[in-house]
Amino acid sequence: MSEGQVKKIMYVNRKAPYGTIYALESLEVVLIAAAFDQDVSLVFMDDGVYQLKKGHQTKGIEVKNFQPTYRALDDYDINKLYVEKEALEARGLSEDDMCVPVEVKTAAEIGKLMDEQDVLLSF
Amino acid sequence: MAAIEVNGKSYEVDEEGYLVNLAEWNEDVGKLLAEGEKIEMTPSHWEVVNFLRDYYNEFQIAPAVRVLTKAIGKKLGPEKGNSQYLYELFPYGPAKQACKIAGLPKPTGCI
Amino acid sequence: MLHIVNKSPLERNTLDSCLAAAQPGAAVLLIEDGVYAATRGNAAEGKLRAALARLEIYVLAPDLEARGMAQVLSDGVKPVDYAGFVDLVAKNRNCQSWL
Repeated sequence: MSEGQVKKIMYVNRKAPYGTIYALESLEVVLIAAAFDQDVSLVFMDDGVYQLKKGHQTKGIEVKNFQPTYRALDDYDINKLYVEKEALEARGLSEDDMCVPVEVKTAAEIGKLMDEQDVLLSF
Repeated sequence: MAAIEVNGKSYEVDEEGYLVNLAEWNEDVGKLLAEGEKIEMTPSHWEVVNFLRDYYNEFQIAPAVRVLTKAIGKKLGPEKGNSQYLYELFPYGPAKQACKIAGLPKPTGCI
Repeated sequence: MLHIVNKSPLERNTLDSCLAAAQPGAAVLLIEDGVYAATRGNAAEGKLRAALARLEIYVLAPDLEARGMAQVLSDGVKPVDYAGFVDLVAKNRNCQSWL
């Protein structure tokens, strides 16, 4: 794909992991679509920040723990991960609780980034 | 569900021949899966297969071929981290064939 | 930019999240259970009215009618039909669905 066609694509993640399939589906779409070499960013808002909360242990619920896969995103050249500041605060979490390097931004800052996107995909 | 037999033990595989339970994998299973792909395993083949198993253990995914190439280059050196080298070992797609032999699911994003 | 909200403001925080992120001048379309936010007497009425000062707010009329709420549509919220929905999507450069 030529440089001129690179689009800004943002994945918006707002659901907690495991309770619904959204988080895993989003991650899979991100990995698959990474083959297209676009300008990708991931944002985690609301309960979506729980996806990155360190230390998932899923043996007891017999579901695959997909948290380690977030650490592979860098291999896929995906390194723009934004986490909503207000969402962290409302859940007693901080940047240190995240399992991968992220940039903390306010909801309004994330809204500005949304404005700049060509495509937004919501999960 | 189909199955393959190795040393008198039966192993479940899916409709495309991928091992269903990756914990059951051992080298003999790998060898038989390689035969199905018409690949004779050499130390170079095992190096890639073992790399994939390690990658899966760490990240819980089978990497896309582009990612595999880059990661192998980083770990095993640039002479191995290129698609020509990997396609010589696994002519029908390094990610697809090596993953099957390694007992991993089909790589995410591989059609 | 167009934001779409399809959840009731009393069941989910979706509308709040949308309003916190939406930049001045953006369009917000309420559909499905999201339309309840645009009805008089709903607990979300105040925040919606405040948002009207900086955002264009639309509601999908068929969803409002289906729920028997057409008579209590809040002032300042513009009803659109399905064709109007399509126009909004076409007119805006991008779109975020707050699922």
